[in-house]
Amino acid sequence: MSPRPLDLDGPDRLYTVTGGRSRADDAALDLVTLVVAENDPAPGMQSEHVAILRLCRDEPVAVVELSSHLRLPVSVVKILLLDLRDTGHITVRHPTSAAATTRLTDLETLKQVLVGLEAL
Amino acid sequence: MDSKPSDPGVPLRPSVRDALKIVIVGGFGVGKTTMVGSISEIRPLSTEEVMTKAGVGIDDPSRVADKRTTTVAFDFGRITLDAHRVLYLFGAPGQQRFWFIWDQLFSGSLGAVVLVDTRRLEDSFYPLDRLEHHRMPFVVAVNRFDAPGPQPSLARVRDALSLADGVPLVECDARVRDSCKSVLITLVRHLATLHDPAALQEAAQ
Ligand SMILES: Nc1nc2c(ncn2[C@@H]2O[C@H](COP(=O)(O)OP(=O)(O)O)[C@@H](O)[C@H]2O)c(=O)[nH]1
Ligand SMILES: [Mg+2]
Repeated sequence: MSPRPLDLDGPDRLYTVTGGRSRADDAALDLVTLVVAENDPAPGMQSEHVAILRLCRDEPVAVVELSSHLRLPVSVVKILLLDLRDTGHITVRHPTSAAATTRLTDLETLKQVLVGLEAL
Repeated sequence: MDSKPSDPGVPLRPSVRDALKIVIVGGFGVGKTTMVGSISEIRPLSTEEVMTKAGVGIDDPSRVADKRTTTVAFDFGRITLDAHRVLYLFGAPGQQRFWFIWDQLFSGSLGAVVLVDTRRLEDSFYPLDRLEHHRMPFVVAVNRFDAPGPQPSLARVRDALSLADGVPLVECDARVRDSCKSVLITLVRHLATLHDPAALQEAAQ
């Protein structure tokens, strides 16, 4: 598979998508934070917000998968997601590793991963 | 190119609540995407991250067309482990100019697989150095590429890469699912031994 070029229709598209904003709190979302839509898109909502809500309407979708499906850089998707979280349109499931106090994953989790891998 | 979202593919189970990560690093053409594709339950997907060259963070990701920004593409796949857990596999480019993606990929990762092509061992030096710097546990897998002629032994590869005795070094064929599965299992077993220094000592004897 060759990397697909991002969908940059003209230099202004990403600027338009985020309104030129950046957010200091985007570290709150990991690449693998799972996103779940809590309600349907509202009328007049920005098309990228609508697309996100449709993608994670029935099951959780990781931030990085949303980025790939929307063909937008991860950091741009994070900004869009924080908008949706702030307005109650989505909830997020943070990876437990984000709250971990040690570098090394706990043994119980490692055992479960091993069971899952061996069953493949 | 139109801007419709691509086909989302096989969805995650609604009950999944924790996502784990393993990063596969190595030089260009070493077989990272092949490995992700061999074991992933979805066709490997790719995406990009952007960063301004000046900053440590992403000041303004909308300025991707700006000359001061740089982008890095990476690919990924996933394996559903059980009703609640999914494991994401990331293929990360090893070249130095992509360092800025590493923090994001490594953050919260279980560990890493360093994929090595013995014809280009020097491509592994930078990734190995960064992993040690990040104190990220890893295993090294030699992708043999059924190259013609004699192949360096694992002992010689260990020597050439200055790998510590405790670091597992295995062979693999990135095109073969069982081979990739066994590399991941080697990594997770290695991570478990790191919890128990006594087990590590025994393994070293
Ligand atoms: N013969 C052989 N070819 C391989 C193997 N692994 C990967 N390749 C091929 O090597 C090329 C580069 O692999 P790719 O996965 O794209 O490398 P990446 O740049 O690390 O993602 C592709 O054409 C693969 O089909 C292998 O184990 N044996
Ligand atoms: Mg690749």
